[in-house]
Amino acid sequence: MPERCTYLFYLSKSELLEQMQLAESRCRIGANSPDVSTKDVPMVHLKVNGSAQTFDGDAEMPLLWYLRDILGLTGTKFGCGMALCGACTVLENGKAIRSCATQMKQVESREITTIEGISTHGPHAVQKAWAEVDVPQCGYCQPGQIMQAVSLLYSKPHPTDDDIDNEMSGNICRCGTYQRIRAAIKLAAKERA
Amino acid sequence: MITLEKSLDKAAILNVTRRSFLQEALSASAFVLCMTKSPLLARAARNGIPLSGTIAAGSVPTIDATAFHPSLFLGIQPDGTVLIVAHRTEMGNGVRTSLPRIIADELDADWSRVKVIQGDADTQYGSQDTDGSHSVREFFDTLRETGATARLMLIRAAAQQWGVPEAQCVADPVHVVSHKASKRTIGYGELAAAAAKQPVPKKEELKLKSPSQWRYIGKPAPGYDVNDVCRGKPLFGMDVRVDGMLYAAIAHPPVLGGKVKSVDDSASLKVKGVKQTIPIDPFTPPHQFQPLGGVAVIADNTWSAFKGRDQLKIEWDNGAHAVYNSSEYKKQLQETARQPGKIVHTLGDPDAEFSKGGKVIEAEYYAPHLAHASMEPPVSVADVQGEKVTVWLPTQNPQGVQEEVAKKLGLKKENVTCHVTFLGGGFGRKSKPDYAVEAALLSKKTGKPVKVVWSREDDIKFDYFHSVAAMYIKAAVDDKGMPKAWLQRSVFPPIESTFDKDAGYGSEGEMALGWDVIPFDVPHFRSENGKAVNHVRIGWLRSVANIYHAFAVQSFANELAYAAGRDPYDYLLALIGPGQTIEAKQPPEVASEYPYDTRRLRHVAELAAQKANWGKKKSGNGWGMGIAVHRSFLTYVATVVEVEVDKSGGVRIPNVYTAVDAGIVVNPEMVQSQFQGAAVFGTSLARTGEITATNGVIDQSNFHDYPVARMNDAPVHVDVQIVESSAPPAGVGEPGVPPFAPALCNAIYAATGKRVRELPLTRNGFA
Repeated sequence: MPERCTYLFYLSKSELLEQMQLAESRCRIGANSPDVSTKDVPMVHLKVNGSAQTFDGDAEMPLLWYLRDILGLTGTKFGCGMALCGACTVLENGKAIRSCATQMKQVESREITTIEGISTHGPHAVQKAWAEVDVPQCGYCQPGQIMQAVSLLYSKPHPTDDDIDNEMSGNICRCGTYQRIRAAIKLAAKERA
Repeated sequence: MITLEKSLDKAAILNVTRRSFLQEALSASAFVLCMTKSPLLARAARNGIPLSGTIAAGSVPTIDATAFHPSLFLGIQPDGTVLIVAHRTEMGNGVRTSLPRIIADELDADWSRVKVIQGDADTQYGSQDTDGSHSVREFFDTLRETGATARLMLIRAAAQQWGVPEAQCVADPVHVVSHKASKRTIGYGELAAAAAKQPVPKKEELKLKSPSQWRYIGKPAPGYDVNDVCRGKPLFGMDVRVDGMLYAAIAHPPVLGGKVKSVDDSASLKVKGVKQTIPIDPFTPPHQFQPLGGVAVIADNTWSAFKGRDQLKIEWDNGAHAVYNSSEYKKQLQETARQPGKIVHTLGDPDAEFSKGGKVIEAEYYAPHLAHASMEPPVSVADVQGEKVTVWLPTQNPQGVQEEVAKKLGLKKENVTCHVTFLGGGFGRKSKPDYAVEAALLSKKTGKPVKVVWSREDDIKFDYFHSVAAMYIKAAVDDKGMPKAWLQRSVFPPIESTFDKDAGYGSEGEMALGWDVIPFDVPHFRSENGKAVNHVRIGWLRSVANIYHAFAVQSFANELAYAAGRDPYDYLLALIGPGQTIEAKQPPEVASEYPYDTRRLRHVAELAAQKANWGKKKSGNGWGMGIAVHRSFLTYVATVVEVEVDKSGGVRIPNVYTAVDAGIVVNPEMVQSQFQGAAVFGTSLARTGEITATNGVIDQSNFHDYPVARMNDAPVHVDVQIVESSAPPAGVGEPGVPPFAPALCNAIYAATGKRVRELPLTRNGFA
């Protein structure tokens, strides 16, 4: 375990250990007990981008795969499967969550908003700022970054550099667009003011 | 009628590979018929046939087959829409913006009326292998000539129509041809049909613009796809959905070359959504781009495939590479680096100089394996229908996909259609099409389209790793501390081991990545390379061997500066000297256009230091600056890193100052982004990047144990200065990476007095 886990600020130490155990168990293929869920589960009701949905599949399925494979909303990305990179970030009742580590049974009656859901009436202020600053390189992490930034600006309309660092450091960009992400968040805050 | 063969200059302009059709065309209908060879028209034929359920909906415009198609890369529609093919891969490198803008510039097209179309795999385009930072460099001339050819044909069509001399017609303002004297103008769209009937001009007839006339080249432009990206449109390989598609996750052998001894899939098959399991044969060495083998779990969604894979009980035969232990291996590499190796390059007589006695300084450096860890893990969709295969995937190497899939399935390469999606990062990993072959094998077995999805754990454990390397350097210095003789030796498992299992020495190409020569004015020099045994798949990663070579050479230069009691920047300039043309091992055609000129290196060092206010503040007490210079992919880069190191070893990087001379730059905005990104990529590898193995199994698996830079530990501000140059365009995507780690480590030395000779920083008490 890396000594310096401050960047995993959004996980408590016990949550982090749990994630790491999960990761380790994944790497030991065949070491798991055959605890498979074929049993029927209750129907899950939720709203996605304003539309009512029901789901009667595997209740342990992460919201991410439900959005991508079942609903075909592929804007939400798969990056790590362990809430470590933020590529899968969506809003749950207006607040950013990691859809890869959120099981379907945890979203009963919740309102989920994905990247596809924030621009139904033209681009969102954050998307406009992102384009203005020309943030993306490969672009794969950007829907997650944008959703995290939307959540940040919702709770803190005028974030400081520290606020931005704290809120955004759970989202990895391997191309290294962090400098532009920070600039775009500041621009969006200014435009909305 | 002139025959095409006589009139064309194949080497100069790829678009003329279809001039034969043009020249033979006696009528418009013949023209159109022959044009079915154009990939643009192939895309037109697919209009109305969705590529997949959702991918890139609307991104393929309706293409009018009767329009003006003067090139493989270019079509002008009757409505004036200009279609330009990006035949190389977009992965953040900006080629879908920079390459089309080269054509649009010489065409005098209105950029807002350009539609960019991604080229499928097609040998007619020439190289599509998007690595080695050469997209612009290799195609700059071709694309300019493509635009200029079309412009001339449009002008001639207008001149004919008006009955005026061609010389009186100009393409101005954009997208129209004007006859100023009679104040007449006509749009490109209206001219398309007439232009299509013009004979293709010879190369000598083309009038390329002078740099001062460029509209787009050298001017900053946002990414062509920025809005689609920000809206989360389905652009990436991970987003491909094909009707009736199945999903697969594969349990790969934990050790390279391992085989399945036995498998119990009973629990796996009980997982809701799992359809079946399919064994994948192990590869026959060398592994090349073949699948690793293992057991695939086929399901009706990704999650079920992953979950089913977790439930497999597999007994593995780990094979010969289970002996691989990184700590032991490190000792072997270091021991080899201490012994004489194979001579790579010699200047003067270093042995005689060393034997004279006097002060000798020596140091050893070490850098570990790295994983690419692009944000989008490898993923591929394949649909095998009899003898035909269609593959959709994020790949840097579309024609390689065709070859590898065809080879494994025993088909003709032409029968494999490869649609290139956007890449969620590549960094060299997606040049290797093993995951495409997996999808094709599974589609053949199931009779349905199959999407193979690699998890992050797969990506990190089963990568084509960047090489681990040990380096030894010694120098005999004069009484001023300047080196009279310099010997350097590097040892690493070479990329060639992926293609020849017995390869142990670096190729000439790897040696040319910062090791065969150094940019310093040292009269007696020798570079050597020692042999290394390999145990994992080795591949190229953004800037490749330059990473460890620049780390060693630029750290050592810094060590010499302190040994001489001099300021590291002043000393670096003294080492470079007034500048010279270094005799580097480059192919002659490269050397003539791109001589290794250390005056350009000196210049970027001066620019970066000046911008950083080098020397204005005293180093020490946890604050410092470090500098490093490096030439790679024909581009000259200097980087100054500023650090603050706290008492517990925490490193903060408030500023990075980079200066780059990449010759002519097409899109400075994108160059800025690439170098900002390179500083972050460099931070990741220098601070925490380390892949290790225990008994042949890779120890790391995800971002918790293979951390990469996040916003709160990445450089806060990266300043990029681009040298204005008329030299031919050079590389941009990779050259920012190599100087970063040594500049950072040199800064840490300045701040703390602690020398980092082994990467990453976490091995040295820093974080």
